[in-house]
Parts: sequence; C-alpha cells; structure tokens
Amino acid sequence: MIVRFRVNGEAHEADCWEGESLLFALREKLPFPGSKNACEQGECGSCSVLLDGTLVCACLVLAAQADGHEVTTVEGLAAPGGDDGDAALHPVQQAFVDAGAVQCGFCTPGLVVATVDLLARSPSPSDDEIREALSGNLCRCTGYAKIFDAVRAAAAAAPGGGG
Amino acid sequence: MQGVKPLAKNRTVRAVDVLTPQTLEEALALKAEQPEAWPIQGGTDVMVALNFDHGRPPALLNLNEVPELRGWSRDNGSLRLGSGLTYMEIERGELREVLPALAEASRTVGSPQIRNRGTIGGNLGTASPAGDALPPLLVERAEVECASVRGTRRVALDEFVTGVKRNALAPDELITAVWLVPSRAPQTFMKIGPRNAMVIAVVSLAVSAGEELRASFGSAAPRPVLVTAPREDASTFAELVAEAAAPIDDVRGTAAYRRHALRVLTERALDRTLAA
Repeated sequence: MIVRFRVNGEAHEADCWEGESLLFALREKLPFPGSKNACEQGECGSCSVLLDGTLVCACLVLAAQADGHEVTTVEGLAAPGGDDGDAALHPVQQAFVDAGAVQCGFCTPGLVVATVDLLARSPSPSDDEIREALSGNLCRCTGYAKIFDAVRAAAAAAPGGGG
Repeated sequence: MQGVKPLAKNRTVRAVDVLTPQTLEEALALKAEQPEAWPIQGGTDVMVALNFDHGRPPALLNLNEVPELRGWSRDNGSLRLGSGLTYMEIERGELREVLPALAEASRTVGSPQIRNRGTIGGNLGTASPAGDALPPLLVERAEVECASVRGTRRVALDEFVTGVKRNALAPDELITAVWLVPSRAPQTFMKIGPRNAMVIAVVSLAVSAGEELRASFGSAAPRPVLVTAPREDASTFAELVAEAAAPIDDVRGTAAYRRHALRVLTERALDRTLAA
C-alpha cells in the first residue's frame, strides 16, 4: 500500500507492507535511517520520533497510521546547511556533543528527540523530570550522568531556560 | 527482549488489509464485515505482535481516525472515558483530580513514548492480568461500553475480563468507552517492579477508602477481582486482599512473594487513604 505523510516538513510517500511499522518505512523505504532499530517492542526508545508533535516509538506506530500525518525525525532537528553545506546542529545535539554524552551513539538520536520533547514542555526541568522524561530511552554503553549534563546544559542555553 | 528474531527484511508476507474508518459508524460496519480484523489504536501491544510475527491478522482496523473514541466527557454525574483515551491524557489532564488512582497507575505505564500512544481501550482489549488501568478502574466500579452494528451494551469490568487475555467482546464488537461514577473517595495505586519505568507489574494494587473499603490488584489473579469490606474492618482488610489473590510463580516473581507484597501494600495504601 502507498502511505503518504510529511517527514521533517516535506511530503513523502512510501510503498509499505500493510503490517509494517513507521520505523521500517522511515529507515528502509525512505532516506531517514537516523531513528535506530533495536528492540522493536517499545522498550529502548532508540526509534523515538515526533508524530504530530507527540513523542512516540516509531516501531510501535503502524506505517499506515502515519498516513496524512506529520513526522519529525532526528534528521529534522538541525537547521538546514548554509553556504558551506554544514547543517547547524540543534542546541540539544550541540549540548550532547559538548557534554560528551555520546559513546557508541546508537541511543543518541532517540535521546536527543526525547530531550527536545521534554524541553518544549518544560524549559527548566528538574532532575526528577529529566529522569522521568528519559526513562524510556536506554543507553547500554555508559551511565546517564553525561546525558543528564547535556540536558541541563541545553536547558540553560535555551532562551527562557533556567540552570 | 523475548528471544524471538525480528523479521528479516526480505520476508515474504501474506496480505494484510489496513482499514482506516473515519467515523464510529464506519468502524462498526467494518468490524461486522470482517470480525477477524484486529483493532489497533495506540499499537503498543499489536505492533509488538506484528514486529515479532506472533500473529498475522487478515486485516488491521486502524481506529486512530475515529473521533468518537477520543477524549472523555461528563454525562449526568457519570464519566465517559473514550476507549482511545491515552495514559498521558489521564496523567496530565483534569482527570488526575477526579480519578487519582487511575492517574497514578497511568504514570507507571511504560515510558512517556508508550503513555503517549497506549490507551485504556487497548488495556481492556488485551485483558492482561498485569494491565495497570484495570485495578483503579475496578475500584471505581467501571463498566465497559461495547458497541456493534447491533447496538451498544455495558458490561461490568470484572465480568468483561473473562480470563488471562480473554474478554467478553463479541466478534463484531469494539470497545468504545469506559463508564464510571467517580467515588471521590481517597484512593491510591501502587506497583512493584524491578525499576520505576518500563516494567510489567510483579504485583499492583488499587485501594479506595470511601464509605466502604475497596481493593483490586494486578498480576495476582487471572482476572480482575474487587475486594470490599466495611471501614471498621480496616485491620483485617490486608489479609482479606491477600486471600482473594490467586497468584502464580512466573519469571517476574513467586506466588508467595506476590501474596506477601499485597498484604504489605494494602496496609500502606490504607495508611495513606484512611488518613486522607
């Protein structure tokens, strides 16, 4: 079946198997491999995307359910590239780089999208809020200390953010 | 992880239809025509089954575009919770004040990503003994609205769930709503698991302390049980709750632990709710 939806502001269509997930459509049918495929059961959060602005696991959305809707993936966060062709990282992405919150990097896209969602709702989150907001995103390389540092730094750097 | 390999990319697949009705009337007509279609709303259970090829329905009935299933409303002192009401909508909205135990339970479900998609209708449809919404709904004596082209009926929640992952829906019916009259009684929900997020309950408990004491538990019986007692019997209520359970030994815990935990949790829940 043909599924039509917007990804990062642009119209796309994908020829999907009817039982296919949005994650599979994004990664395998469309050029959006940024959302990672790991557990396929909503346990790890590495496929986190925004569906009509709501944080979801793309592996748990039927591709057909996205038909007519708006999806934002990690690829849609950075500002479009300027004359030198380099895209400007989103402040949350930059904070992850600066804090050294990335080790193997597999969980990072999901964590970045979940952090963007958190800061949109709560610009100066408490540590408890951060903990709860990122509870569905697993990192298996290291601890979460530097990830927390990155979230706090992104919050402090944002206009209206505290910290 | 369930030890099952995800589907290969070059899988060969049997055709599945996706039906996406735009109104409830259309949804019921489609369910009548194709009773073997799987309803899918938040997808947090159905997609896992599809991703791991645990089931291959002839059709998927996508309920995301049916406005009648969304949100909640007041009706003459009753509340009608649409079956598409998400845990996040319960947790963040006005319902937190009206149904505090259900809101607490909702906040323990999965992760924000899961709570943004998962719905109470899905919890009832799956009818798992571990369904977190079921105990707090049962202490509020909720009824499940089942609809088909033949009409609409309401079934008491403890009669709706007929066994482990079994419910009283007829093949042509859909879960359209949950009805209840808020007791406004002091109430709470507790859940035991290895961590605070992303866990299936080892055991869970909802207690309310209004004119009578009420309790219901999860992961400790094949179907929801409502335990009630007069307020003056508070001292023996924990034992009554533990005796009403029919727990089993499984990977998440032993029957003996579950019964013990229910006794302890009930005492704590009464400490909180009777003092309120």
